[in-house]
Amino acid sequence: MPGAIYAEGLVKHFGDVKALDGVDLDVPEGTVLGLLGPNGAGKTTAVRCLTTLLTPDAGKAVVAGTDVLKHPNEVRRSIGLSGQFAAVDEYLTGRENLQMVGQLYQMSAKAAKQRAGELLEQFNLADAADRPSKTYSGGMRRRLDLAAALVVRPPVMFMDEPTTGLDPRNRQALWEVIKDLVGGGTTLLLTTQYLEEADNLAHDICVIDHGRVIARGTSDQLKAQTGGERVEVVVHEPGHIATAEEVLRGFAKGGGGTTVEEHTRKLTVPVTGGAKLLAEVIRELDARGIEIDDIGLRRPTLDDVFISLTGHAAEAEDTAGDAEKEDTK
Amino acid sequence: MSAATETAKPMAPVAGGGIAGSVRDSLVVAKRNLIRMMRIPEMVIFGLIQPIMFVVLFTYVFGGSISVGGSTDPQLYREFLMAGIFAQTVTFATAGAGAGIADDMHKGLIDRFRSLPMARGAVLTGRTLADLVQTALTLVVLAVVALLVGWRTHEPFGKVLAGFALLLLLGYAFSWIGALIGLSVRTPEAATSGGLIWLFPLTFISNAFVPVQGMPAFLQHVAEWNPFSATVQAARELFGNTAGQQMESVTGAWPMEHPVLASVLWSVLIIVVFRTLAVRKYRSATA
Repeated sequence: MPGAIYAEGLVKHFGDVKALDGVDLDVPEGTVLGLLGPNGAGKTTAVRCLTTLLTPDAGKAVVAGTDVLKHPNEVRRSIGLSGQFAAVDEYLTGRENLQMVGQLYQMSAKAAKQRAGELLEQFNLADAADRPSKTYSGGMRRRLDLAAALVVRPPVMFMDEPTTGLDPRNRQALWEVIKDLVGGGTTLLLTTQYLEEADNLAHDICVIDHGRVIARGTSDQLKAQTGGERVEVVVHEPGHIATAEEVLRGFAKGGGGTTVEEHTRKLTVPVTGGAKLLAEVIRELDARGIEIDDIGLRRPTLDDVFISLTGHAAEAEDTAGDAEKEDTK
Repeated sequence: MSAATETAKPMAPVAGGGIAGSVRDSLVVAKRNLIRMMRIPEMVIFGLIQPIMFVVLFTYVFGGSISVGGSTDPQLYREFLMAGIFAQTVTFATAGAGAGIADDMHKGLIDRFRSLPMARGAVLTGRTLADLVQTALTLVVLAVVALLVGWRTHEPFGKVLAGFALLLLLGYAFSWIGALIGLSVRTPEAATSGGLIWLFPLTFISNAFVPVQGMPAFLQHVAEWNPFSATVQAARELFGNTAGQQMESVTGAWPMEHPVLASVLWSVLIIVVFRTLAVRKYRSATA
């Protein structure tokens, strides 16, 4: 049985740019899929196709059990969309914004008013409810935008880079809201450039680049796929780097090479063996009289996964620009 | 922050769809735009300054120089002029509607609206209805200023009101042209200038500011078939501001012989064409 969000072979071209080049997605009910990819990878286009804003050139999409292409208005009743920038009317108050959205979701004026009040409470906006949203901070506006997407308690939610541009504190706060939401049974598709965000929120991760899915799995699966752990050592004396390198080479997995950053006096070596091996490394370095500032066992981050999959970092600017403009056109 | 949702069950929606749903959604959007207008009063005020300046400048600078029916009596020109300035003012609704919709596109609000289960034309209809209210207010202020500088009507009140109704219909029609412009350009600034530049030739190559008789023959044809001229002529007749003027058409153009009917037909035609195009554009619109 297909999940709450299901796509098969989605294709969307803008002129020569293949924004989506055959994307398959399947998000089981009540779970979160993190759609990860650099700028211009096709994340936004995928969300726009699934939320009825764009008609794909080919492929099939089913959201909340309804065919997106055949019955777009039915789909719209069951989804909430929170976009890249907070889409609220800045001259309307928070309350007026939510009431308007409620009424346009075909709630009665009375029900929309009541629901607006509830959401303002839940999102800590009650104090600012009757001020034009123009006066809100970035974080407050983002919360209002999210509240607007939740007016009808939609079973399926789409969030396109919900925390882009937020400071760390507001980002954390928004993560809490999203976790609560999913705890309540909502199915969520989340696009993000922040790997930490996907790691934190998503059950499954789908990495896309150039309009294609290049990897999928849980965060742990993707990390395991990329490669194991490594030991990082920072030595105290620059003069000890050569000796330390010799020691570490002895522990290297499969004779792998050691990387050295001279200016930070940091050495990295791929290993297997976990904490036990780390203790051995420390003993050996100590025996050789090498003073260390820092040592640790590092597991791969999603950033490592990303770089190894796409050949560039998630937030790198080199692929940005034109492709992303096409993406949002 | 506390729990965002308790359940993920969708709420049962009120039955929507159909014409009733369309009207309801349009009114919700119109209300939103009217609230905006009230909170940005400077927009309404600036919108008034230009037509008021035109009334005063044309009355005192050109009045006395421009001959109406062979006489340069300033009172004749004053009465001739006002319907023209009123009509030009209502067409400026084009720029307002265009800029408003371009701004909504730019800010992502159109995306939000398009993801909601609402009537497809309601966002644009709501906007044009709000513009209609603003145009009506502008006309009231302008009529008072016109009365202050000596403009008078010479027909029963009902006919005068009918004249204003035709002007409002023209303004409503032009706001649909603005809606299409707003959906077609990338920035609100482009929508404002794109909504205004062509209005100057359109409103000047007409019977609004000077009698058509003085124009070259080619322009006389253009001016008399100009949809804008039909409304000006109709309003002049309904206000009774025809003293000293040659009311029959110079080129024998049908709209000048039947200005009231022609005005209604032109406006309805503009609404049908541009509403269709704009709603189609809206369906596929993306920021």
